[in-house]
Amino acid sequence: MTVQKTTAKVCIVIGASHAGVNVAFALRREGWDGTILLFDADKTLPYHRPPLSKTYFTSEDTIEKHLLKPAESYDKENITLRLGATVSRIDSETKRVTLDDGETLSYDKLVIATGARPIIPPIPGIETTSGIFPLRTAADVSKIRDALKLSGNKKVVIVGGGYIGLETAASLSKLKLAVTVLEREERILARVTAPDMSDFFQWLHQENGVEVLTSKDVVEIKTVGKEKQLVCGDGSYYLADMIILGVGIKVNKELAASAGLKTKNGICVDDRCRTSNEDIFAIGDCTYYYSARYDRFLRLESVQNAIDQAKVAAMAICGKETVYDSLPWFWSDQYDVKLQMVGLSEGFTEALLRKDVEDAKSFSVWYFKGDRLLAVDAVNNTKAYVYGTKIIKADQKIDKSKLVDPSEEFKLTNLLVD
Amino acid sequence: MAEITFITSSGETITVSGNSGSVMTLAVDNGISGIDGDCGGVCSCATCHVHVAPGDMSKTGEASEIEKDMLELDDNADEYSRLGCQIEISDAIDGVVLRVAK
Repeated sequence: MTVQKTTAKVCIVIGASHAGVNVAFALRREGWDGTILLFDADKTLPYHRPPLSKTYFTSEDTIEKHLLKPAESYDKENITLRLGATVSRIDSETKRVTLDDGETLSYDKLVIATGARPIIPPIPGIETTSGIFPLRTAADVSKIRDALKLSGNKKVVIVGGGYIGLETAASLSKLKLAVTVLEREERILARVTAPDMSDFFQWLHQENGVEVLTSKDVVEIKTVGKEKQLVCGDGSYYLADMIILGVGIKVNKELAASAGLKTKNGICVDDRCRTSNEDIFAIGDCTYYYSARYDRFLRLESVQNAIDQAKVAAMAICGKETVYDSLPWFWSDQYDVKLQMVGLSEGFTEALLRKDVEDAKSFSVWYFKGDRLLAVDAVNNTKAYVYGTKIIKADQKIDKSKLVDPSEEFKLTNLLVD
Repeated sequence: MAEITFITSSGETITVSGNSGSVMTLAVDNGISGIDGDCGGVCSCATCHVHVAPGDMSKTGEASEIEKDMLELDDNADEYSRLGCQIEISDAIDGVVLRVAK
């Protein structure tokens, strides 16, 4: 195999978050000698997103404490970071991109890492009421922190009981604010976990003084005096000084679609992160791809997916053999609880609970399809997360009766079926 | 201030100094190859695995329970393994030598 000479070539990366930054640095590691131009509309140096709803939210830190890479490292690796610059058009025929100020640049290889943006649900009143915030960027959090500072005793309603909503609820509660979470489904985290896990987090938030209400479909937002009123489909209503939206994301695929690239529920890529154009790659939250591991199409919103796809795309661009088939993993920190998840549980036929007799706040849920372990959700139980990872990777079988029996030693060697 | 020496998997020896934060952040800020810190330092990814020089274990201390469990993800982990994100930089660890895990 010969690695192509790239000295005089240009690789443009659109989007400088986890995926875009990692692909730029990985390209250097894999031997790309040419120019690397990394664009993002955000003016802030690229930063870690997970702390935004967690430690960054509750601290007085500036975002500089959470940078993905220090400012100098871009110079050191000869990566040209162009912040505050929006790519408005891709011409895949002439292999050029156009910025919103009209500047055009040629590329040899292009990587689209445009991510996603928060959904602003079409609720009447949402556009005309002030004090409603999404949470996706450092700027979003700054706005929320500033608004909270303006007056004490704020009553906050969070729309959406997914990870962002719940992590934000935990952070607000730490800041001693009155918090209510309104979830449209019958249980929180309904899309991503088993009922046991939803029940635990519902209990955990209530224990910490956060009101979590389910089957609450917000149908209208009004201003009543100085407060905002959220009206639900069942006729109930809730008052708030501030509303935070955590109802999911919308993929930034428009740029790719208008360049004629194939898109579905995201930008379609193959197992090397290549789009329908051989010189254009896409990575991170914006991608949609077939997973051989799960035998279905996936679009994952995670740091793991962003970073692993970045590595694969960099190798593919440098002409190296590679295939993306990573095992997905996720985490969430709320209060003193660390949730670690490995695998994807969708399609499970059985969800088994392993309790820790000594600690009510430590347990794990194991998702099976027949005898095959699909995923593990581990609450304050890193062992379960690690065992789950090993078992899924090696496609091993485990003894389910031992798994659910707290008197059986929780040890990998004891759980495996010979 | 603490001077920390990293030995990368390619055998390169790099000594850098820091005042605060974690060993993982120090390594990432100085571009130490093999230390990724993908999760940002919350003990969730195990991509900042180092082997502490045996004589320096008394300075860094042993891995915590969660850390030990996370380290089990790596078959190369041993009694000298730590996650860089869980080692705080202070004068107490001045002079330690850390070998970046393969």
